[in-house]
Amino acid sequence: MSNMLEVADLGHTYGDHEAIGGLSFTVRAGELVCVVGPSGCGKSTLLRTISGLVAPSRGDVSLHGSHLAVVFQDYSRSLFPWLSVQGNVEFPLRSLPRAERRARAAEALEWVGLGGAARKRPWQLSGGMQQRVAIARALAYRPSLLLMDEPFASVDAQTRFELEDLLLRVRREHDTTVLVVTHDIDESVYLGDRILVLSGSPARLVADLEVPLPAERDQVTTRTDEAFVELRSKVARLLNVGKPALDVEKWAAAERESLSETVSS
Amino acid sequence: MTKFLQRWTVFAGLVVVWQVLGWLADDPFFPPPSKIVVAAWEWWVLEPANFTGHVVPSVVRLLSGWVIASVIGVSLGLLLGRSDRAMEYANPLLVFLRSIPPPALVPVFLLLFKAGTSMQLATIVFGVVWPVLLNSVDGARSVDVTKVDTSAVFRIPRWQWVLGVVLPAASPKIFAGLRVSLSLSLVLMVISELVGTDNGIGSQLMQAQREFDYTRMWAGIVLLGVLGYGLNTALLAVERRVLAWQPRSRDEQHA
Repeated sequence: MSNMLEVADLGHTYGDHEAIGGLSFTVRAGELVCVVGPSGCGKSTLLRTISGLVAPSRGDVSLHGSHLAVVFQDYSRSLFPWLSVQGNVEFPLRSLPRAERRARAAEALEWVGLGGAARKRPWQLSGGMQQRVAIARALAYRPSLLLMDEPFASVDAQTRFELEDLLLRVRREHDTTVLVVTHDIDESVYLGDRILVLSGSPARLVADLEVPLPAERDQVTTRTDEAFVELRSKVARLLNVGKPALDVEKWAAAERESLSETVSS
Repeated sequence: MTKFLQRWTVFAGLVVVWQVLGWLADDPFFPPPSKIVVAAWEWWVLEPANFTGHVVPSVVRLLSGWVIASVIGVSLGLLLGRSDRAMEYANPLLVFLRSIPPPALVPVFLLLFKAGTSMQLATIVFGVVWPVLLNSVDGARSVDVTKVDTSAVFRIPRWQWVLGVVLPAASPKIFAGLRVSLSLSLVLMVISELVGTDNGIGSQLMQAQREFDYTRMWAGIVLLGVLGYGLNTALLAVERRVLAWQPRSRDEQHA
């Protein structure tokens, strides 16, 4: 398999705060890679440097493909309220002829199961549906790499499961290369073909783990699979390297807090 | 219908009070509304020369001044709003210019343009450009970071960024500015017609005053009120159409 993304010795410093300290990894074409790390460890900075929104202080990011798309956590701000759902999905396709734009948007909305909502406004939809619109917009763009920044952190648990399965389905059907940034260990194991575990600030690569699970996954059986449980514990242990056991709970509490903050914002 | 009645009760009540007081006082300076309305109808509507010679030129002036100011205000405002450095340079100048009362510049514009339409337009434009400009700056700055990032990631062309993201995001604030400017246009239209011209509602107002024809003067004032009300209502209707995309109420919005 060829490499779609190569990151070499990537580092980023804000003032004298080092957010990322020398990361190197690759993402192969067609792969779904999860980046998992504690809150505030520089995951978002990593995503912003890969997407080109921020020029890294050092190192290289090379994408083997023409363009990438990003699905942000904050779907309500990422979608344009003055455009219809259809208009939002067509938004990145303005250079295409009108008929093709229409067709691609309609097709992408079918993929995420929103074919009937094309004429609505995004704010008339539920949070989960809005994030599906954002995913459809990214897919309609046919990106070489789809970046997702905590994509399901702002929806309720039920919707989260639905969206995870939706992501697994569309990326299998359309052979999309995906890089998901998350702080949720379970999610990274459930979604990923591979998991990149990052240490706390500055972000460094602690482990690069293959996920030994079949491509077909199921919210109930996969999560009770022995391989799932084992890998999940391994990632959890890796995220707490060199810290006393007490910190696990503290970290979990901080995690819950940051989650509720993002939900309420 | 009941809402309509409610809204107009106070207005109608005041007119009735004025009517009664007008009758009782029988003062030539303050004629009752019935006389004013009749005078306004006869003078402005039934006299075609007055309508085409004064009302139409005034309205044309007002609207063209407002449109010119709006185009300048919105385009300059969006530009300045998206560039912190440009705004830093321009801000002291804007604050200074905005503080000058536009009527004080009438003599300057008289020198520059001579009496006539250009001088009147200059007065209106200079006076009403600020609310549109400053609101556009504010609106352009209010584009949230996620939308900026989204647009950057999809590498949309520049025209789409300006017309498809910044302009619609700023449009609620722009409309607020446009409304203020429109009512200011009416004020400045009158002021610009007070000197050096013999047509327009403002000049007619002055003339009626000079000829001690107070009923006609009041008729002009009523006409200005009706004009301002009508223009504002029309703009509100346009705004409601253009901004129909805004979430209508809080509970309809899934945050």
